[in-house]
Amino acid sequence: MDQNITLYVDGNRRPVTVDTRTTLLDALRDRLDVTSPKKGCDHGQCGACTVLLNGRRVTSCLVLAVAYDGADVTTAAGLGSDDELHPVQQAFLDRDGFQCGYCTPGQICSAVGMMEEAERGSPSHVSANLNDPVELTDEEIRERMSGNLCRCGAYVNIVAAIRQAADPEAEQIRQARAERQRNEPVLREDDAPTSYQVSVSGEEGR
Amino acid sequence: MSRLAERPANPSVGKPDPHESAAGHVTGHALYTDDISTARTDALTAWPVQAPHAHARVTAIRTEAATAVPGVVRVLTAADVPGVNDAGEGGDEPLFPAEVMYYGHPVCWVLGETPEAARIGSNAVEVDYEELDSLITVADAVAAGSYQGNHRVSRRGDPESALDEAAHVFSGEIETHAQEHFYLETHAALAYVDESDQLYVQSSTQNPSEAQVIVAQVLGLSSHEVTVQSLRMGGGFGGKETQPHGLAAVAALGTTLTGRPVRLRLNRNQDITITGKRPGFRMSWKAGFDDAGKLVGLKATMTPDGGWSLDLMEPVLSRALCHIDNAYWIPNIEVDGRTVKTHKTSHTAFRGFGGPQGIFLIEDVFGSSAPALGIDPAELRRRNFYQPGHTTPYGQPVRDCERMPAIWSQLRQESDFAARSAEVESFNAAHPHTKRALAITPLKFGISFNQTSMNQAGALVLVYKDGSVLINHGGTEMGQGLHTKMLQVAATALGLPRTAVRLAPTRTDKVPNTSATSASTGADLNGGAVKNACDQIRDRMADVAAGMLGVEPADVDFSGGMVSASGASGSGASRSGASSASSASNRELTFADVAHEANAKRVQLHAAGYYRTEGLQWDPETWTGTPFKYFAYGAAAAEVEVDGFTGAYRTRRVDIVQDAGDSLSPMIDVGQIEGAFVQGAGWLTLEDMRWDTSDGPTRGRLLTQSASTYKLPSFSEMPSELNVTLFDEAREDGAIYGSKAVGEPPLMLAFSVREALRQAVAAFGPAGRKAELAHPATPEAVFWALEAARDAARQPATDTTTPNPTLTGG
Repeated sequence: MDQNITLYVDGNRRPVTVDTRTTLLDALRDRLDVTSPKKGCDHGQCGACTVLLNGRRVTSCLVLAVAYDGADVTTAAGLGSDDELHPVQQAFLDRDGFQCGYCTPGQICSAVGMMEEAERGSPSHVSANLNDPVELTDEEIRERMSGNLCRCGAYVNIVAAIRQAADPEAEQIRQARAERQRNEPVLREDDAPTSYQVSVSGEEGR
Repeated sequence: MSRLAERPANPSVGKPDPHESAAGHVTGHALYTDDISTARTDALTAWPVQAPHAHARVTAIRTEAATAVPGVVRVLTAADVPGVNDAGEGGDEPLFPAEVMYYGHPVCWVLGETPEAARIGSNAVEVDYEELDSLITVADAVAAGSYQGNHRVSRRGDPESALDEAAHVFSGEIETHAQEHFYLETHAALAYVDESDQLYVQSSTQNPSEAQVIVAQVLGLSSHEVTVQSLRMGGGFGGKETQPHGLAAVAALGTTLTGRPVRLRLNRNQDITITGKRPGFRMSWKAGFDDAGKLVGLKATMTPDGGWSLDLMEPVLSRALCHIDNAYWIPNIEVDGRTVKTHKTSHTAFRGFGGPQGIFLIEDVFGSSAPALGIDPAELRRRNFYQPGHTTPYGQPVRDCERMPAIWSQLRQESDFAARSAEVESFNAAHPHTKRALAITPLKFGISFNQTSMNQAGALVLVYKDGSVLINHGGTEMGQGLHTKMLQVAATALGLPRTAVRLAPTRTDKVPNTSATSASTGADLNGGAVKNACDQIRDRMADVAAGMLGVEPADVDFSGGMVSASGASGSGASRSGASSASSASNRELTFADVAHEANAKRVQLHAAGYYRTEGLQWDPETWTGTPFKYFAYGAAAAEVEVDGFTGAYRTRRVDIVQDAGDSLSPMIDVGQIEGAFVQGAGWLTLEDMRWDTSDGPTRGRLLTQSASTYKLPSFSEMPSELNVTLFDEAREDGAIYGSKAVGEPPLMLAFSVREALRQAVAAFGPAGRKAELAHPATPEAVFWALEAARDAARQPATDTTTPNPTLTGG
């Protein structure tokens, strides 16, 4: 059965007629040519299709478009432009939080939604106390992002990117420390040039 | 230093630049094949009809009910094929099969106006099958004598005598499981006839030239009638080296028969049930050591599961046989390899391409034998490293083998290995139900295609008269950063900032006859070709600039987008009122000035570049030669903690030192190292691919069809700490700007995790016991292994295999 609905996609009014069984992802990609959310697994298992639906992150392959008539849908394309990136997008770029890029729009929408959840004090499975404000430790980031898969294995850099976006100042201090350590000569007794080192530890690293 | 390896001052290569599509990736603007398809609203969708048997004869296909479904346009069957009904170059992969060879094998394809119509139509196709006996496991196939491809033997010295005379002899049998690529972008193709009547196929392929060959073969066309483009892939990992080409041919066939664009995108279940995987290997070995722990002889067999067709199994087996030595000198060796044919998907390339399975075997030898020899596993490995002057079992000198101990000692220091080993020991003494272990493993990996003829590449570089540059090359982008590196290479060769160079998508009408982007060779081969094209143009532009500057061409310098006489750049000397000749020579020209002048003077500003790797030679009959240009070295140290009640474990810390030569792009390379390590750890510890081996009606069906049952590495399994260092002073004289390949080698650094798990398991049992661990080392496998270790602790007499165990590590 067909139904007329209107979605507000990245700020644009997009009326569309959909079969009532059409997922939000298929409505976006196949009907509205909005290709920023990707189709990875068709089962809500990989997170590549994550968008912000009325501000909350959802896997758009698991919701029906018809149920969200009038909703605001924000994709990664709506968070920022190539010239003016959202802070989370900029952090992914700075910290090399991707390789093939296919999971990235979903990772970024998920990260933006997750940071808002943390801001609200919404606890996760690893939160020690349900009522304390949430501090986005590496453990919290990993747990809260666990619905997004990256087959290229860029996880450590994604965690670093989210850390940077969540607390740029703390991350700057951490980076500066890592930089100092990187510029210290490593190991060789002679005056060999230094190695290029990257520490992606959640702790202090080396 | 060779001209290939030499870097000019202030090069673009070596800078830790972000990926060239970074902004597109973080916004989602970067397009993949099916993103292009969605814009083609006139496109038909292709949907497979998959057989519900592992092995059967197709006796009838009735399509009437399907074509009666509203929106179904046509059903494609074998009768529609005007050319050769085969999806491969070997002639053993019928595209529309008369004999079903695996559960889920597509027997025909339905074209529909919408995915929904095509799907419903595919369910309406009536296929009659005559079921046949099927072989699902390697054991089934061996028992039935079902082999395919060549039987290969790698032999040196006298392994029989060496084993007879060895002080200590151990043996083992182990099977590695298949690994699913699970690139997040599933296979996709879009085909149409373009405005010039050219058949155009956009395919998510690592090998556009082979896609072109297969499309032409199926349609009975010549290659020049088919253009294939691979814009970028959402992951490839080898899974898109051969497997996309039948799918591209289906889309192409559909478009020629209907006159409509055809879109084909496998959904996840289709992708995982139709396409091939990293082959599982059944392996057995017998190894002899002397009293000092030196490996004196090894006999082994490797039996890969090729699935239903040969695909890339011969080169996969070659690479496995050529990597059984890893970083170790094995004076007497015989390895026997033969691929079986089973009724499963056609197993294929996967990052490492047999190398991981080869190295698995030798690391299994050392890891399981070390406790029984009473030698610390790290020390046992180090003692057996190649020494200068050694050759591999296939006779290639192990050039730069002294890097291995250098990397090893650097890693030991950086990871604080000795102190942490002591901490592990005291932790284990204090914790009966939780054990930790710290393991370190080496890596040597040969770079070049084993098949010499594949080691060539082309490029097309265009300089426009405004000084802007567009490059084309034959390699494909799957996230590994090849395009980024090629931009850096071109910018370096032409003395330009990277932003002055753009890259056009990989297409068969720009660079023909390319090899697959695989075997980690993408940057070596295509970089050589891009540089060759740029050097030709730069030499011609230097002649023009020499005239403009009044100097010799050899004295013209290209740097930072400026062209000047050597030594004059930025000197300001032209203001000093010297003679007119010297004021000309002190001028600084822009690259655009010279390009404009060159065009005016009728000097060619574009060039086709070509590169072939020199010095390679291989004889598959004697199994000797120099198949690899060089070796990449590396090592990793991993610490794990295992829970004795459940077998659950976590990786506490990983340190890596990897030899990437003089890195072309350090940020990209570090990402590759981390990602390869994660993928290797997935293969070795998490990813458990299972098929139905019962005699029930779904025999041969893949049981792990999605991410809910096939466990992929996720955020949760990441090491708490991961440190990556690129080995310095690592220039490779035989490769582009002194760099080394980095795509595959670090995958095998993950053996450090497997070996740490083995040592932690052993710590639950008595010292001196041969330490065995199944593959993959899932928590369940670890649990059963540590149960066996604990059982042995309860009956120490029967399981202690050496009289005087003095285990010093683990």
